[in-house]
Amino acid sequence: MKDKEQNRHVYWNPYFGGFLLGILIIFTFFVTGRGLGASGAMKSSVVTIVEDISPKHAEQNAYYSKFLKDDKSPMNSWLVFETLGILIGAFISGGLSGRIGWRVQHSPKITRRRRLIFAFSGGILFGIGAQIARGCTSGAALSGMAVLSTGGFITMLAIFGTGYLVAYFFRKNWI
Amino acid sequence: MGPLIPNELIPFEWSSIIAIIIGICFGFILEASGFSSSRKLAGVFYGYDFAVFKVFFTAAVVSLIGLFYMDYLGYVDMSMLYIHPTYTWAAIIGGAIMGIGFVTGGFCPGTTLTAVAIGKIDAIVNVLGIMFGVFVFSELFTFFEPIYNGYFQGNITLVDTLGINPYWFVFIMTLVAIIMFAVSDVIRKRVKKVFY
Repeated sequence: MKDKEQNRHVYWNPYFGGFLLGILIIFTFFVTGRGLGASGAMKSSVVTIVEDISPKHAEQNAYYSKFLKDDKSPMNSWLVFETLGILIGAFISGGLSGRIGWRVQHSPKITRRRRLIFAFSGGILFGIGAQIARGCTSGAALSGMAVLSTGGFITMLAIFGTGYLVAYFFRKNWI
Repeated sequence: MGPLIPNELIPFEWSSIIAIIIGICFGFILEASGFSSSRKLAGVFYGYDFAVFKVFFTAAVVSLIGLFYMDYLGYVDMSMLYIHPTYTWAAIIGGAIMGIGFVTGGFCPGTTLTAVAIGKIDAIVNVLGIMFGVFVFSELFTFFEPIYNGYFQGNITLVDTLGINPYWFVFIMTLVAIIMFAVSDVIRKRVKKVFY
């Protein structure tokens, strides 16, 4: 138990993690013909919530209506099940390493409140960006790169390139 | 032979079950690699931790090499795989917005889910933010539509765009990745350590 407490910041070797992730992507393409994803399930949730609150509005909106089908809920999709799996898998890994617990992780130089405000605004940007590019780091960049998709490579370069460009302005939050 | 489900070698009914199993592996790998920590993720932008970079590019290179070998040996038909479509400016602008979101929020949608699973409150707030962002995008869809649907080039690959031999490209990309890994280690040694 004490070992667990001390070692909870010890993670896998990144090359080992990357190798297994690569194998998983191959397996996913081999079985399903498509790649991994993460933001798709959040989009399905938003579409479902909006449809529950105001079905008429969802039908009239050109974007929500793309994902609404008469016989099938948007939650009944491959990506939603995969996302449930992500939560389970991460919970198992975190549990085995003693990393589970309610907390806000932030640099000691900033307040909890500041961290939460930035986490929320960063989320908004990511949500908008992932819709414009039709996928996030997993769906567009990683899965796109695995099949040499031009769009996947452009998205990856744009994410990391812009990240480095703006990192200077947000340095107080992290270092 | 592959892909198995589109070729009906595995009945379609199994796809939800397979989705959960693949998701479990994905979540486990991300969490065990440390991607549930926003401070570890942000390290890639400040040079104190290159785990994101190493995991991401190792995965990209391994999956490229693996898929090309399986295509060559006839286990998977690459022309049947789903290729992420290319909308040039949507990819650039969307990616740029995501880049800013990554540095501000410290997570991307996959990693934030792994952090939610182990109880990080900042990650829960981040997911709410992402959902709000999707809502904003959908409500303003008419405004975003020209960029969302414009500059469509089809489901093209770098082979179509650059006219290169894919095998050489993968080989060179692997070499570049290895060199970049070495460079990242040098940078990390020179940057002030951050403990988190």
